[in-house]
Amino acid sequence: MDILVQQIVSGLATGGIYGSVALALVMIYEATDIVNFAQGQMAVVSTYLAWSLLNAGMPYWAAFAATLLISFVGGVLLERTVIRPVEGAPVLTQVIVCIGLLVIFNSALGWIYSYVQKPFPSPFPERPLKVGNIYFGAHDIGALGITILVLIALYAFFRFTTLGLAMRAAAQNPVSSRLCGIRVGWMLAIGWGLASLIGAVAGLMVAPIVTLDPNMMAGILIYAFASATLGGFTSPGGAVLGGLIVGVVENLVGTYVRFIGTELKLTVALAVILIVLLVRPSGLFGRAAVHRV
Amino acid sequence: MPTRGLRAALMLIVLAAAATLPFVLSNFRLFQCAQVFIYAIALLGVNILIGFNGQFSLGHSAFYALGAYTSAIMIDRWSVPYGWTIPAAGVLCLVAGFLFGIPALRLEGLYLALATFALALAVPQILKYFEHWTGGSQGIVLSKPEAPAGLKLSADQWLYFLTLVVLLVLFLLARNLLAGRTGRAIVAIRDNPIAAQAMGVNTALYKSLTFGVSAAYTGIAGALSALVIAFVAPDAFDVFLSITFVTGIVIGGLASISGAIFGALFIQFVPNWAQDISKAAPWAIYGVFLIGFMYVMPYGIVGAMRLAARRFWRRAAEPSAAAARSRG
Amino acid sequence: MALLEVKDLEAQYGWTKVLHGISFDVEEGGITTILGANGAGKTTTLRAVCGMVKTRGEVRFDGRSITGRATEDVVRRGIAHVPEGRGTFVSLTVEENLRLGAYARGRGGSLAEDLEKAYRYFPVLAERRAQLAGTLSGGEQQMLAVARGLMLRPRLLLLDEPSLGLAPLVVREIFRIVRTINQEQRVSVLLVEQNAAIALRLADRAYLMETGRVVMSGSAADLREHDTVRRAYLGY
Repeated sequence: MDILVQQIVSGLATGGIYGSVALALVMIYEATDIVNFAQGQMAVVSTYLAWSLLNAGMPYWAAFAATLLISFVGGVLLERTVIRPVEGAPVLTQVIVCIGLLVIFNSALGWIYSYVQKPFPSPFPERPLKVGNIYFGAHDIGALGITILVLIALYAFFRFTTLGLAMRAAAQNPVSSRLCGIRVGWMLAIGWGLASLIGAVAGLMVAPIVTLDPNMMAGILIYAFASATLGGFTSPGGAVLGGLIVGVVENLVGTYVRFIGTELKLTVALAVILIVLLVRPSGLFGRAAVHRV
Repeated sequence: MPTRGLRAALMLIVLAAAATLPFVLSNFRLFQCAQVFIYAIALLGVNILIGFNGQFSLGHSAFYALGAYTSAIMIDRWSVPYGWTIPAAGVLCLVAGFLFGIPALRLEGLYLALATFALALAVPQILKYFEHWTGGSQGIVLSKPEAPAGLKLSADQWLYFLTLVVLLVLFLLARNLLAGRTGRAIVAIRDNPIAAQAMGVNTALYKSLTFGVSAAYTGIAGALSALVIAFVAPDAFDVFLSITFVTGIVIGGLASISGAIFGALFIQFVPNWAQDISKAAPWAIYGVFLIGFMYVMPYGIVGAMRLAARRFWRRAAEPSAAAARSRG
Repeated sequence: MALLEVKDLEAQYGWTKVLHGISFDVEEGGITTILGANGAGKTTTLRAVCGMVKTRGEVRFDGRSITGRATEDVVRRGIAHVPEGRGTFVSLTVEENLRLGAYARGRGGSLAEDLEKAYRYFPVLAERRAQLAGTLSGGEQQMLAVARGLMLRPRLLLLDEPSLGLAPLVVREIFRIVRTINQEQRVSVLLVEQNAAIALRLADRAYLMETGRVVMSGSAADLREHDTVRRAYLGY
């Protein structure tokens, strides 16, 4: 029983990370109909940035804050410079641009930092926490906590601020938004900035677990896709919840089912995707697409 | 507008040039050309589904793999003459594609992309799992087919002609298919499926058939690649191959048949050029090329050509239109 | 000097030219209507004023040129456009829609006051303020769209075919409210309508468009009496 609770909490921690990346994917998809294949890679760039700052001697939380800020700005700039020229182009063209970004980032990181795996520090203590009879990894709890904080802040931003409202409007109906005087282009840019920021948090939380290398987020991106599919690609809350579920399921399956090795763990993610799509394509919380005739 | 006669003449010139190349180029270059033809066939298949029919698939690497392994296993295990493996791969993939197309009917756009993405991801693992048939991670080694007796051609020259002929046949087939009623139905389904259905088009049947045909094309390409490369191994058929195919059709031009050749040229040669430019970060250069291309030609090469042609013919027509207005 | 002056306006969608050089004015405080059948280019005219299509020619608002300016900038100068089809944010609540309408207006004046004003003109919206806009009826959505435009505190209100798809009683109610807004808030109105009868009852000035050209103009009363207009557009 204790192991079960432990594994669930551990699963929630990784699930929170999957959910964060899934959230970033859903945010950009909602606003632009683009699936940003480069999302994971952008998170890795942020994580390497943090690594460089830490190596230069910056204290952890300062580096954390700086990385988040730079990631946000970077995301905004990326949208305004790289994505903007193809804003009116067909969706597939924009997707190809994202793929281009993916390979550029991956290759550049490999060139600058090499493909050797680097350990990444966790801000949380080594010693596990003891609650009742159960030991919990401090990093797991900490990562989960940080993820929840970021998500609450984001929710509050979208729900209660005017800018958040304007961004939601711009994502749903750009034409009407322009008629309200909203600068839709900049709303998109801020959206990318936020997605980048979320990705950075995810990267910083996952790097201590899997060690840092340019391909770090590849597997996680696939889990993020599974999470977003499960939760519904049109539901930000669903994406996060989907992530938590996928994380827990992955962990439990890995612990309790004997023949699932690491290779086949990925198959779990794929199975989730396929089953959800066959049974209920719009996911748990997604809106079924209504076709106006 | 250019006459059909002019277009036909151009085609003949290009074909004549293509026919003489094998006697001019080195074996390695011929190998690369055959590769280009093979990619063009695969891209034709992918474009029929995505460009013309609007069903988005990231899973065509699976059909490519199916075709390649069909050919490899038939040659290696059952000693079937290689010529027969090509249509066999085509038929098998036609059926497989059609069968896959049936559950795919329930999925739209993004969701179909995700499902096919998952499929493509699973393929290398599945190939490695069924070791007995596929040779596992080691793959299957084949010997390069020699030219039939009587033809004084090297293996590479023969394969060049073989792939070229298959490409031409499939190209003409695709053109005829898409120009007629079937083609219009396929495009109608892409543009407005409900209206198409209301007009009596059996959307379910057409969509599944299109999936099948598309898979067949890609499968034939896969079979040919097994012959040309003389080797099949699981890791060559990963999801990145599917992404490469999609890249190819976007570069070449969606919903365009001639675009397949341009796309194939891009995906074959640009990675090599990128490597020439920078040994350290070749994919970064490739990414830059990719993005730059999309800026300049968001509708692909064929799209840009059509736009240029339209502008050209408009300007040519304008003086006469102005004259007509002043008269009228 | 009229509030809105349009001279030789041309507009096209892609390669197709839709407006072939039209000219009209909207006087400050007045209600001007543009009539015409389907495809005459009325909606395109409003879109052209707001910079939503490629244009040539001249558009001056309050003496300053706004030709070719981005939609967001045109709106910020005090022109509210209630588009064809309402353009409501269907996944947001009624009140959120109204708040968005106020996004571009300058500082000064409280948002709460403006909301109260909107609810006074359209009481049915007050009842449904927390409802998703997509659940409102067609008439209610049209009212929401007009109210949203009003939140901008505009000097000019562009109305694109507000009667489309609505029952006659609802249309009459909306037009009554528009007249009240015009009189009480001194908001000038440019109304584009297929329903010539009701438009001519509301407006002071009228223009008639056919296939991208203005073919007739005058006071609304004059056009109401004009033979051709009566027979072709008013049905008697």
